[in-house]
Amino acid sequence: MFKGKVWKYGDNVDTDVIIPARYLNSPDPKDLASHCMEDIDKSFAYAVQQGDIMVGGWNFGCGSSREHAPIAIQASGISCVIAASFARIFYRNSINIGFPILECPQAAEAIKSGDIVSVDTASGKIVDETTGETFEAKAFPPFIDNIINKGGLLPYLKEKLG
Amino acid sequence: MGMTMTQKILAAHAGLPEVHAGDLIEANLDIVLGNDVTTPVAISVFEKAGFTKVFDPEKIVIALDHYTPCKDIKSAELCKTARDFARKHKITHLYDVGTVGIEHALLPEQGLVGPGDCVIGADSHTCTYGALGAFSTGVGSTDMAAGMASGQNWFKVPSAIKVELVGKPGSCISGKDVILHLIGEIGVDGALYQSLEFTGEGVANLSIDDRFTIANMAIEAGGKNGIFPVDDVAKDYIQGRFQREPVIYEADPDAEYTRTATIDLSKLEPTVSLPHLPSNTKTVSEAVGMPIQQVVIGSCTNGRISDLRIAASILNGKKIADGVRCIVIPATQEIYLQALQEGLVEDFIHAGCAVSTPTCGPCLGGHMGVMAAGERAVTTTNRNFVGRMGDTKSEVILASPAVAAASALAGCIADPREL
Repeated sequence: MFKGKVWKYGDNVDTDVIIPARYLNSPDPKDLASHCMEDIDKSFAYAVQQGDIMVGGWNFGCGSSREHAPIAIQASGISCVIAASFARIFYRNSINIGFPILECPQAAEAIKSGDIVSVDTASGKIVDETTGETFEAKAFPPFIDNIINKGGLLPYLKEKLG
Repeated sequence: MGMTMTQKILAAHAGLPEVHAGDLIEANLDIVLGNDVTTPVAISVFEKAGFTKVFDPEKIVIALDHYTPCKDIKSAELCKTARDFARKHKITHLYDVGTVGIEHALLPEQGLVGPGDCVIGADSHTCTYGALGAFSTGVGSTDMAAGMASGQNWFKVPSAIKVELVGKPGSCISGKDVILHLIGEIGVDGALYQSLEFTGEGVANLSIDDRFTIANMAIEAGGKNGIFPVDDVAKDYIQGRFQREPVIYEADPDAEYTRTATIDLSKLEPTVSLPHLPSNTKTVSEAVGMPIQQVVIGSCTNGRISDLRIAASILNGKKIADGVRCIVIPATQEIYLQALQEGLVEDFIHAGCAVSTPTCGPCLGGHMGVMAAGERAVTTTNRNFVGRMGDTKSEVILASPAVAAASALAGCIADPREL
C-alpha cells in the first residue's frame, strides 16, 4: 500500500529523458536518481519526496533497454508508476527488479499532477484522494506476480535453481 | 491455429509442441549479450544474488561498444568491471577496443547468431538478428544476469503484425526508408508487445543489410522483435560465418496476425523522422532546406558496408558544406577495413568528413559528436528523442545514408535523387 503526491508526465516518456545517456557512465542508483527526469522536469530530482507516485500516459519507458531508468525512478523515492501502457522492456525491467508498476488508462487520464493518490498494488486499487475517484488497474498474471513477490527475477531464479 | 515464425522458435526453445500469443513461457537461450553500459549492472545483480558460475562461457557475448575507446574515468571503470568479469568466467566472446564493433553489426558478422536462434541482449536493438530468421529481443540488465546464470529467461509469447512487402525499391530507397515509413504508419507503440513479421515477394528485393536496418528498428515501433524469412540472401550471408547448424522456420499458412500492413516498396520516397519521435515521419521533399550543423553516418542501424558505399558514392569527389561536421563511423573493424580497401575512407576524408573507430558514440549522445543547444543533425541512427545526441535543445533528424550524405553536401536536408 502506497500513498503519495503525484508527478504526472505525458505519452511516450522515453528512457533517454528518464535518465539521459550522458549519466549512464555510473551504475550507482543515487547518482542516477540525482539526474532522473531532468531533461523534461528540472524540479523533479530535488523536490520528489519518498513515497511519491509517478503517472505517465501511453508507452511509458519507450526506447533504450537501460535498466538504469526504473532504477533511477525507484532510487529517487517514487513508490510506484501508473501509466496508460508501458513499453515492454521497461515493463520487464520493473518486474525483474521488483519495482511496482500499474497499467490503468483511466487513472493515467484522470489523475492530475499534485493529487494525493493511494495505491494497493496487491489488489490493483488506485484511489485519487484529492478527487475521491477510484480506479482498478489490470492484475498481473500469477507467474509475474510470483516474480514480484519473490523480490525480483534473480531471487526467483535462485530459489528455482536451488 | 498455426504459429508465426517467432512463436515456432519460442516453442522449440521452451520444449513445447506449440505456444499461443499471451502464454508465459521459459525458454532456453542460444546467446546472451551485453555491452559496457548494461553488463556492469548485470554483473552486480548476478553477484548480489550469490551466483558464482555462468551457464556457458561460450554463449555469452560482451561487446564494449557504447563509450569506447573510453571517454572518461567512469566509463573506463565500467569497461574494467565487464572485462574482469569476462576473464574470471572465461567468457569466450569478449570484444574490446581493437576487436569490438557495434554489437548488432558485430554478432551477425562474426557468425555468433543465426537462423532459428533464441537470443536476448541487454540492448534494445538486439532485435536486429531477426533479419537472419532468429528470435532476438532487447532486455534489461537483470534479464542478462538471469540469462548468464541459467541459460534461460521468461517470455510472454507475442502476437504478430504481418508486414507484407511488395514491389521493388526505387533509386535511393533503402531499408531505412522502409522502416521509417512503417513506424510513421503504425506509431511508436504500434507494435507494442508484438512481433513484426516481414513477408511477401518484396523481401527478395532487399539486401541483407537492408533487412538488418529494418529489423533493428522494430523496437522503435514498440515491437518485441522483427523477423524475416530465411531465403537465399540470408543463407548466402551466414555461409562461412555461422558455425552452428541453422534451423529454418516458416510461419504456418494459418498463423494468426492481429493485422496486416502492406508496403509497396516501389512507391516509397526517401523518408526522414523529424524531432522528437521516430514516428514523426515526412518524405524528404517535405523537409528539404532545413539547415543542419552535423551529419552522422554510422550506428547499429546504418554503419554497414553497403551504407558506407552509398554515402561514399554521393560524397566522392565533392566537399561537404561549410559549417557542417560529418562524422562517419564504420560499425565494425571488418567493415572499416573493407571501406579502406575499397577507397571509401579516402573518399570520406577528401570530402571533409571525420572517420572514427567503431563506437555507438554520438547515437546516444555519449561521445564523438555531442551537440550544443540550437544545433541540428541529420543522422542514420535510430532515435531522435529530446536530448538524444546532446543538449535538450539540440535536434536529431533520422534518415538513410543517401539522405544524410546528400544533406552533408547541401548543408541542409537534401533529396539525394536531385544531386
